[in-house]
Amino acid sequence: MTVQAEAAIRRTKDLFLEQDGRLLDQWSEKANISADELRELYRALRAALAGEDEDFTDVRGLLAEFSRTRVRQGYTPAETARTVFALKDAMYEIVEADGSPEALRGFAWFSRLVDDLGLFTFETFSNAREKVILDQTEQLLELSTPVVKLWEGIVAVPLVGTLDSARTQVVMEKLLQTLMETGSQHAVIDITGVPAVDTQVAHHLLKTVMAARLMGAECVISGIRPQIAHTIVTLGIEFGDIVTKASLADALAHALRRSGAEIKVNGRWPDEEETESSP
Amino acid sequence: MTRPPILKLGDILIVSIQTDLDDQEALALQDDLAEAAVAARARGVIIDISAVDVVDSFIGRTFATIAAITRILDAETVVVGMRPAVAITMVELGLSMGGVRTALNLTQAIEMLNHARSPG
Repeated sequence: MTVQAEAAIRRTKDLFLEQDGRLLDQWSEKANISADELRELYRALRAALAGEDEDFTDVRGLLAEFSRTRVRQGYTPAETARTVFALKDAMYEIVEADGSPEALRGFAWFSRLVDDLGLFTFETFSNAREKVILDQTEQLLELSTPVVKLWEGIVAVPLVGTLDSARTQVVMEKLLQTLMETGSQHAVIDITGVPAVDTQVAHHLLKTVMAARLMGAECVISGIRPQIAHTIVTLGIEFGDIVTKASLADALAHALRRSGAEIKVNGRWPDEEETESSP
Repeated sequence: MTRPPILKLGDILIVSIQTDLDDQEALALQDDLAEAAVAARARGVIIDISAVDVVDSFIGRTFATIAAITRILDAETVVVGMRPAVAITMVELGLSMGGVRTALNLTQAIEMLNHARSPG
């Protein structure tokens, strides 16, 4: 840094610190926001500029808080940044009034500093947004995989939405955990809400069924729509000896029959006669 | 080498494995069970693995062998209480237990054995 530039910065800092309350008033006027809201920030900024090591940690902390409240109040991040940038306008008037070449040169430095702070509010905003999105993704993952009990010894997992590896993993773990805790021997995996079944999804389903079998429970896959059945056959996916049913009702009837329950409507089974081969 | 005790409940043998088995122990269990099945004239064998963290390909195959051996001796083998994490790992690794019957808990295993026996 040249001696000249250093002198310019020195001069700007002095100008800033000399102002005391006037700059704050002007800032609040330019930014169209009450001085009370800016006071703390202004004080921190003064403290930072007065200090030798230019430590802006406090300023950034306050700025983050400030931008968070502004966003909560419904301001856009651009408006928040503009509030910060208004400090430049306020400062420029003071620099102009001073009129010395050092002050004008130093204003470039000051301007850069304020720019940095303004951009920081943007960063805070997007970080907060990203955190919200992450939280929601996690919540969605938990919400979207309920394991419901249909009957004593029969649980169901209604799957809704696209299945990917992460979700299938959660579904698999949750289902197996429930099987173990409740001692349910039958599980129905309902894929009515799954928009598409490709080899990947089918593979995940097969793995879940195999894992359940290793633990001593039987799985039925239900809710296979005609188009999906078509896709499965076209892709050449083998479901092997896994029982598949068109609707959840059929799957429940199947599971009930397997667990030895008798359901009779007018003295007959509601659908298909005793065609099931015993396990 | 630890040898899990083989308990007798009527004509059913129950083995609860409390530690992860190494290959030697698995083979010893296989021999012990075959002998015990003959000595006790067992109709069923239940192997409880609810405390087991690792089931590798060798242990899996040993269970299948035990099931085959006991079947020849007219006893059905049921493996009980496999943990979800173990089941997931086995499926991910493509391991199987060669069609050994499984149950979620001891009650269901005994029910299964009684059920399998009653008609025949």
